[in-house]
Amino acid sequence: MGEKVLMKGNEAIAEAAIRAGCRYFFGYPITPQSELPAYLARKFPEVGGTFLQAESEVAASNMIYGAAGAGARVLTSSSSPGISLKAEGISYIAGAELPAVIINIMRGGPGLGSIQPSQADYFQATKGMAHGDFSLTVLAPSTVQEAVDLTMEAFEIADRYRNPVLLVGDGIIGQMMEPVEFKEAIDPDELPKKEWATDGAKGREPNVINSLALEPEDLEDHNMKLKAKYDKMKEEEVRYEELYTDDADIIIVAYGTTARISSRAIEMARKEGYKVGMIRPITLFPFPTDIINETADRVDDFLAVEMSTGQMVEDVRLAVNGKKPVHFYGRTGGVVPSPEEIVNKIKEIGGEK
Amino acid sequence: MKEVAGYPDALTDKQFHYCPGCTHGIIHRIVAEVIDELDIREETIGVAPVGCSVLAYEYFNVDMHEASHGRAPAVATGIKRVHPDKFVFTYQGDGDLASIGTAEIVHAANRGELISTIFVNNAIYGMTGGQMAPTSLEGQKTTTSPFGRDVREAGHPIRMSEMLTQLDGAVYITRVSVHDPQHIKQAKKAIKKAFKIQLEGKGFALVEVLSTCPTNWGMKPSDSIEWLKNNMMETYPLGDLKTPEGVE
Ligand SMILES: Cc1ncc(C[n+]2csc(CCOP(=O)(O)OP(=O)(O)O)c2C)c(N)n1
Ligand code: SF4
Repeated sequence: MGEKVLMKGNEAIAEAAIRAGCRYFFGYPITPQSELPAYLARKFPEVGGTFLQAESEVAASNMIYGAAGAGARVLTSSSSPGISLKAEGISYIAGAELPAVIINIMRGGPGLGSIQPSQADYFQATKGMAHGDFSLTVLAPSTVQEAVDLTMEAFEIADRYRNPVLLVGDGIIGQMMEPVEFKEAIDPDELPKKEWATDGAKGREPNVINSLALEPEDLEDHNMKLKAKYDKMKEEEVRYEELYTDDADIIIVAYGTTARISSRAIEMARKEGYKVGMIRPITLFPFPTDIINETADRVDDFLAVEMSTGQMVEDVRLAVNGKKPVHFYGRTGGVVPSPEEIVNKIKEIGGEK
Repeated sequence: MKEVAGYPDALTDKQFHYCPGCTHGIIHRIVAEVIDELDIREETIGVAPVGCSVLAYEYFNVDMHEASHGRAPAVATGIKRVHPDKFVFTYQGDGDLASIGTAEIVHAANRGELISTIFVNNAIYGMTGGQMAPTSLEGQKTTTSPFGRDVREAGHPIRMSEMLTQLDGAVYITRVSVHDPQHIKQAKKAIKKAFKIQLEGKGFALVEVLSTCPTNWGMKPSDSIEWLKNNMMETYPLGDLKTPEGVE
């Protein structure tokens, strides 16, 4: 561990990628993630990295498809409209079972939307990224330090499962400055060789990177193989944080920025006698379904707080499975909920004290 | 050097699936021969398109990457940036390169990406059943231009190769055909030159190869050769469009 440095979220993620041994970045400019590519464009020359500003997000996602197939640790970052375009490459990357890391610093939508913070890409991230039967591992940090740690881990998870990993933040996480500490840097030359990669068939049979299977039975087998990976992720990669879950009557479920705001609201509400706790998903896929379901046996109510009109709340409902009421509070379009608004919602659920 | 008549090492022994009279197979074969003659089979990474030649990854006996439709130059860029010392080529049809992948080919060429592109122009979408391509000729009947391509509605046949010559990063752009042995010989020479340009680090090179699609042109193989000679070559004249000094 090094010493603490004060850094903006976007730049800290970029530095974390370098420390994770990533030396290839392909992207296209978009607010509010611009500091991330700018940082890499500045720093990559020092470590022999390749920074390429692509002609579009479609091209960028296919460049990472190529680079990942060639065996590299590779990163791309964007914000909502750009991720929609990257969906093509991401589907191929998942289909061809390649590791890659994608950052989405989410902004308001649909369409051009706004450049303000948002969590309205939850469905896209966890369910409907692109065509086909696949899932990404989706990580959702709520502090700059966590963004750093999860970025480094994202590359490990991607390599472990040969699956793309998506890290979602928003303009607040991206722009906010916080003190961070970095783990020791990984030397990309020390990483295990990827035997399946395209690097020239010297003294071996050719390697083929591909997502096509013309026979339905073959594709079904492939889909089942992918599903087995996602099932394994559900067993092994679920991450979440609990706050006051032992005595709570009401459990807030919130991730990223809204989890930060919710924890402030929880302190305020507790002072007024409301026993509120929180389960904060750190992985959005796989979703912390079991802990939510178990907690439902002890508490009275759940409240999902999001910067959307209600997306993650559907997964909370599935997890609670009818055991207890699931409420929702959301602001959207780039509007950030205040702690007071959340406290009001808690009072509405909890009744007068 | 390989013996000319032998079966190229750079091809697998899988049977081509191409229709009778389709020239995709000839183009595969000469690409493979050039790879062998340059002795780069074990250094090569090929990028296959989406189109009739989607299964090129089964035919070339080299590392292969199957791209999404039109994005082969972007995929190749990613590969080449990771392995600058390896030889990277794309093999693309005209729907792939001249329609959906226009942006990717233009910018790869403009960056002077050290990749080589084999651009197979058969003036139609073969794989999807004979729809109009941007390269279809004026008046050409296809399933989506059943009364013939009307240039007022559908635009004129796009001459991608001529367009690409305007980019400083593209150093060698040429158009060839494989409809007879003499032209096959010339085509092979052009492909070899394009590959050497990459190996010598000179810039982006593209060889456009006029190709037949008897199935979707609705012709016998022999008629399709005549149609290529009499119609395609007028819109797409053969020859070097841009060539660097000092490369044979
Ligand atoms: C994104 C996307 N759009 C459309 C298709 C359908 N498609 C497959 S091949 C093809 C056109 C192929 O034509 P061309 O590139 O000329 O190659 P040919 O088959 O003639 O060799 C199309 C439109 C696809 N696979 N992916
Ligand atoms: S459909 Fe046309 S391009 Fe495709 S294999 Fe048959 S003849 Fe060749």
